[in-house]
Amino acid sequence: MFDDFLVRAVLAGVGLSLATGPLGSFVVWRRMAYFGDATSHAAILGVALALATDLPVVIGTMVVALAMAVTVATLAAKGWAMDTTLGVLAHAALAFGLVAVSFVPGVRTDLSAWLFGDILAVSQMDLALVWGGALVVVCLLVWRWQGLLTATLNEDLAHASGLNPDRERLILTIALAIVVAVAIKVVGALLIAAMLIVPAAAARGLSRNPEGMAVMATLIGAASAVGGLGLSLWQDTPAGPSIIVVASLIFAASTAFGRRMKH
Amino acid sequence: MPGLPGGGVMALLSADHISVRFAGAEALQDVTMRLDPGEIVTIVGPNGSGKSTLIRALLGIVPVSEGRVQRMAGLRIGYVPQRLMLDRSLPITVRRFLSLPVRVSDAAATAALARVGLPGLEGAQMVGLSGGQMQRVLLARALLANPQVLVLDEPTQGLDQPGEASFYRLIEEVRKETGAAVLMVSHDLHVVMAASDRVICLNGHVCCQGTPHVVSSAPEYRALFGLGTQGALALYQHVHDHDHGDAPGHGHAQDHDHGHKHGQKHGPAHV
Repeated sequence: MFDDFLVRAVLAGVGLSLATGPLGSFVVWRRMAYFGDATSHAAILGVALALATDLPVVIGTMVVALAMAVTVATLAAKGWAMDTTLGVLAHAALAFGLVAVSFVPGVRTDLSAWLFGDILAVSQMDLALVWGGALVVVCLLVWRWQGLLTATLNEDLAHASGLNPDRERLILTIALAIVVAVAIKVVGALLIAAMLIVPAAAARGLSRNPEGMAVMATLIGAASAVGGLGLSLWQDTPAGPSIIVVASLIFAASTAFGRRMKH
Repeated sequence: MPGLPGGGVMALLSADHISVRFAGAEALQDVTMRLDPGEIVTIVGPNGSGKSTLIRALLGIVPVSEGRVQRMAGLRIGYVPQRLMLDRSLPITVRRFLSLPVRVSDAAATAALARVGLPGLEGAQMVGLSGGQMQRVLLARALLANPQVLVLDEPTQGLDQPGEASFYRLIEEVRKETGAAVLMVSHDLHVVMAASDRVICLNGHVCCQGTPHVVSSAPEYRALFGLGTQGALALYQHVHDHDHGDAPGHGHAQDHDHGHKHGQKHGPAHV
């Protein structure tokens, strides 16, 4: 059944949602949206480096995404003005990546596959990477869940309970780099952050507890992947952006529904 | 340690000549203090005097640049922060919050909420709580750790006078029931001081420490807080004797920031 490109595409989208649901919830809770942008845009630079050095793309993107995430986290800890710093880093990473890719022969033409993803061309190897990466991220988050949540609510509370908020932040940083590396094939560097934020934001109005929101975000992400692929087949639209379009529509519907529930 | 009680007992928390620097500026210099089992110690001082910094250094949240902080091995700390800034994007019920970071049974959670006067609040969303409810939920969470010491950093900020008085009464009751030591920070002297076994008056360094009466008549304390403080202490006793915490003559606590220039001449031994 893995022979069918459509089955592989659906499985890749669902697998990615397993990781982006809970991780995206943390991105929303901790107001790391721009952080996700900077990290995922840096992945384009990783693609260029990997292609230039004949390394696997997943390694290149993960290394550069991790470097970017650690840089941003370090600057934040030193008290830099994060709005401006992240704005500069996110766009600089993208621009450097695009310029670097133009030096690699033969890549220029299919650049859009890295920017917007190419989920319909996911190979069995890609699928294994997506599921492997997603499972690593889910295991990391489940293992550290109580500590991550405490540190997210209040770092001093975490400290007083003997936890180390810096370590919890590092876990999220590593998880983000892994997600970026495996998601670039599915939704592309430009829309990875959307895959993290939009389903989680849509889940917010429908949840009473953090775990409920993480599970709901996963379900919404998976539904968006399936719906987006359907839209793509039916209307011949680009698959990655179609997934985000469906997720955004679910967000709009859940926001309207949530408001009505309150009145 | 002259002037410090409990010299022979193992302290729960102690600071030995610690200094803390932030970006080159000294927030605390040469502070020595200890907290013994069962004591209520209150740290008072004007805004910016390093009260919260001292608490955070004792908890290991901020590193000390000099000196040494010691916590008894395996010390269980119940910490109530100044306030909990909750992001609306994070849905969480009171019940779920009480299970952070250690999961507790439903029965324990129910009992803790009843103890702080909020029975049946398990299902409420944290973001929907009033200021007073929030502080009580934070206290309930701290109590669930079965703490040997409760650390409270200005726990009544944003509460009105009756709310404040009843919160401190609750702390005293809890101390009696559990025998936990209490270390708290305050700038509202009139409510806190008489409840304390010991008061530490802080302004970057320890100005003076001792029983509330000794501290409130110490010249260093008066230099820092003005001369109306005897009245403040009396006011607390008034609040404590009756249940309605009206606050006449509140104004004397306002000139906190006037110069305090007597430097390091006197240390903890002064009292």
